[in-house]
Amino acid sequence: MKNTDTSSYQHFLKVVDCQHACPAHTPVPEYIRLIAEKRYTEAYMINWQSNVFPGVLGRVCDRPCEPACRRTRVEAEPVAICRLKRVASDYKEDIYSYLPSIPQQKNTKRIALIGAGPASLTVARDLLPLGYEVVLYERDAKAGGMMRSQIPAFRLPETVLDEELNYILQMGVECHFGEEITSLAKLLQAKFDAIFIGTGAPSGRWLEIPGHDLASDHIKVGINWLANVSFKHTEEAPKRVVVLGGGNTAMDCCRTAKRLGASEVNVLVRSSFDAMKASPWEKADAQAEGITITPDHSPIEYVISGGKFIGVRFEKVASSYDEHGKRTLRATGETILVECDLVLVAVGQDTAFPWIERDIGLKFNKWQQPTLNKETLQSSLAQVFFGGDAAFGPENIITAVANGHQAAISIDLFCQGKDTQQDRPEAGFNLVSQKMGIHDWSYQSGISHEQRHQVPHIAWEEAVKQLNTEVELGFDEKLALEEAHRCLNCDVHTVFNENTCIECSACDDICPMDCINFVDVDQHSDKNAEQIIDKLRVKEINPQQELLVSPALKTGRIMIKDEDVCLHCGLCAERCPTGAWDMKKLMIDNIGATIK
Amino acid sequence: MSYQKSSFYHPRLPVNDLGLTYRDYEGALSTLCAGCGHDAITSAIVQACFELSLPPHQVAKMSGIGCSSKAPNYFLNKSHGFNSVHGRMPSVTTGANLANRDLTYLAMSGDGDSASIGLGQFAHVVRRQLNMLYVVANNGVYGLTKGQLAATADKGVTNKGGELSLFSDIDLCVMALQLGATFVARSFSGDKKQLVPLIKAAMSHQGFAFIDIVSPCVTFNNHASSTRSYDYVHEHITTAAVTDFIPVKTEITSDCQAGVCEDICLHDGSLMRIHKLQADYDTKNAMKAINDIESHKQKGEILTGLFYLDPNGESFHDVNNSSDTPLNQLKQEVLCPGNRVLSSINDSFR
Repeated sequence: MKNTDTSSYQHFLKVVDCQHACPAHTPVPEYIRLIAEKRYTEAYMINWQSNVFPGVLGRVCDRPCEPACRRTRVEAEPVAICRLKRVASDYKEDIYSYLPSIPQQKNTKRIALIGAGPASLTVARDLLPLGYEVVLYERDAKAGGMMRSQIPAFRLPETVLDEELNYILQMGVECHFGEEITSLAKLLQAKFDAIFIGTGAPSGRWLEIPGHDLASDHIKVGINWLANVSFKHTEEAPKRVVVLGGGNTAMDCCRTAKRLGASEVNVLVRSSFDAMKASPWEKADAQAEGITITPDHSPIEYVISGGKFIGVRFEKVASSYDEHGKRTLRATGETILVECDLVLVAVGQDTAFPWIERDIGLKFNKWQQPTLNKETLQSSLAQVFFGGDAAFGPENIITAVANGHQAAISIDLFCQGKDTQQDRPEAGFNLVSQKMGIHDWSYQSGISHEQRHQVPHIAWEEAVKQLNTEVELGFDEKLALEEAHRCLNCDVHTVFNENTCIECSACDDICPMDCINFVDVDQHSDKNAEQIIDKLRVKEINPQQELLVSPALKTGRIMIKDEDVCLHCGLCAERCPTGAWDMKKLMIDNIGATIK
Repeated sequence: MSYQKSSFYHPRLPVNDLGLTYRDYEGALSTLCAGCGHDAITSAIVQACFELSLPPHQVAKMSGIGCSSKAPNYFLNKSHGFNSVHGRMPSVTTGANLANRDLTYLAMSGDGDSASIGLGQFAHVVRRQLNMLYVVANNGVYGLTKGQLAATADKGVTNKGGELSLFSDIDLCVMALQLGATFVARSFSGDKKQLVPLIKAAMSHQGFAFIDIVSPCVTFNNHASSTRSYDYVHEHITTAAVTDFIPVKTEITSDCQAGVCEDICLHDGSLMRIHKLQADYDTKNAMKAINDIESHKQKGEILTGLFYLDPNGESFHDVNNSSDTPLNQLKQEVLCPGNRVLSSINDSFR
């Protein structure tokens, strides 16, 4: 069993599960601690630095951090990380003085950004303070990309989006709204040092089942329909609406249809309810607004009778899974007709690159996606970079932001004539002791046993009447502080020094979670890791989580700490008579460089 | 500052026959010094009671005065307990045991409480063969009064303040062996692999069981000239046999090779399995045990492990022929059977 390498930040970052799970590696515990101290502006700025759109993401993020939250391994629910981000955004003061200054003297490098979504704007935010000139092309009349066109205002108010877009646009982006790029070859002729493509996945899929052509007046692609609502081209919905699909777009479609006057809204999806792609909270909110979700139904026909569109016929299916978790659907033969006036199709979306000529040296793979280096996001044309949904197909906003950081680093290196892979900067890190006194830490080490708090919302019957009123009210200050205290401060690490340990066993006796073990290792018989793991206090370890393994102590034993369920309560360090344990906060100086 | 330990516990913690985890056998958060050996003893007791599946309400924890005697507050908070006058825990335990012989008596004392002010009480409770486990947390100093040398400190050592130990030490194991204890062992707070099986066997043993546990005082007796410091004990500890406790229900899987291994059946059917490290090791000979303890001491070694075990020895209630039903459960009419019985007793003396 190898000693843990504590000379780099990798082990420590992995212990901060939420931060590690966040594609942009947002320092979650750090900003939650600032919220707990009511330092909302600083909490906001920590977020702004790494995820660029805290107000937006505090409302509509896919929250990869929350399932990763360590609290789910010791109790039922994770910390409401996402909604605490919104708290920072709601209660912050004016942040203009905190924004980076933009050099008057430019560095003569011009960068073109295509598409004004989260990926492109992150690139702009990262490059403008370095002196780059940034030129933005967007086919729509406003910036925001899918954050504006596909996310309804009752989940993400326009004012919040505009505010955060403006922080970036006001740094001096040269904007060309309503200007669609139709040829990359032509753009390559223009004098740009690098081009970033963040055009998203703008092409919604149709469902080509019998009756499609005759019923086409009654069928709309979900994302296009939502964009039309957003830009006020569509202002009402018929009485009966069927939504096909089970992702978050389907949830946005059904809730929007309800607000535009539909009284009977049915979502039908092929998968089981649990396997639906939509976030659990989006499903719950849709149901609370009176929308029927019918799982296990596969659409087989758009039904036309006497030249008139009647509805959609479905066949009931059953999902079964093989040992690899692969799903197969079995038709049961049972069919139903759901009558409706409008069908919204939300069964997926794709990237679209008809404007990129295939003979200019930019390679595409067999799925018609550009061939990219995963870390640098550089295409086979050295000056062209991709990010967001355009890079690898539909993901989410926070992934687009992470890609933006990666691409910005690459573009900066490329423009300096450096190698985008070899010369990539590595983040520096520091572990700072949090000790204030014998039993005193500069973070709240006591564990809160409170359960997760629900976010207050307006009454559901009011919510469905108003297209642009935000449903969630956000945490008030009291709830926010209680929720913030649930955070386990996983970024305050238990750091062990084998040279000062006297093996008194005080730490492994006090640890409430049985994380710490002092293990006799027989060099001859304990050859493999399993034999050593069999000597741990809790033998059933979580293979996804790290072990902290020390070099041999004075008696020849080794210390093994299972990081899995550590509460970071600091009792081991408080009980250590020689200071062999210390609670140290992980500080990373360049979060962007940690995104691989 | 942490005033409490979180009530969260490891989701994959094993449970015992009663469905309890070891966390259910814990007590209040210790206020002893960080790194105190007594906290490790606490943890070993918690582990032993958990592994024995003892119903917590069937245990009484008894103590006197001192750092050691504070420790029962830190384990078994669902058990009975009595924190008595300095050195008088043996008398109180005798009284409790007389009233209710069904409880398991776990006494925790220290070198001051047992080898100084309570030495007389200690001697008599061994002699009385009370059915109990008597644990002494032995650190060689009076920690609670800032580190004066205790009666168990080796002759010639100095305390943290430089005071020289002028007198011979009292070895409580030797005393217990001389006075007829039927289970005598020594262990080290820093060696739970040895300590936990010893505590389990001692608690299962019928009769007087004594374990002297070297438990370093991290604040007052962990310096270079101490013979009770962590470093000194780690370097000078030796053992004659490795002991393992096998509870009644467990199937015995491996064979016991004669000459190297010995199984001793305890009163309740559980086994004490002994792997001899020294060929002449013998649990049946108290005189030899005394000899071994003293000869190792002369070599500067601390001999630990099980010294002596008589699984069939008599205990106080056997000697006294007392009622099988605990006295506290006897009804008024049984305890005070009235004039007719009294007259017949009186008649028997005429």
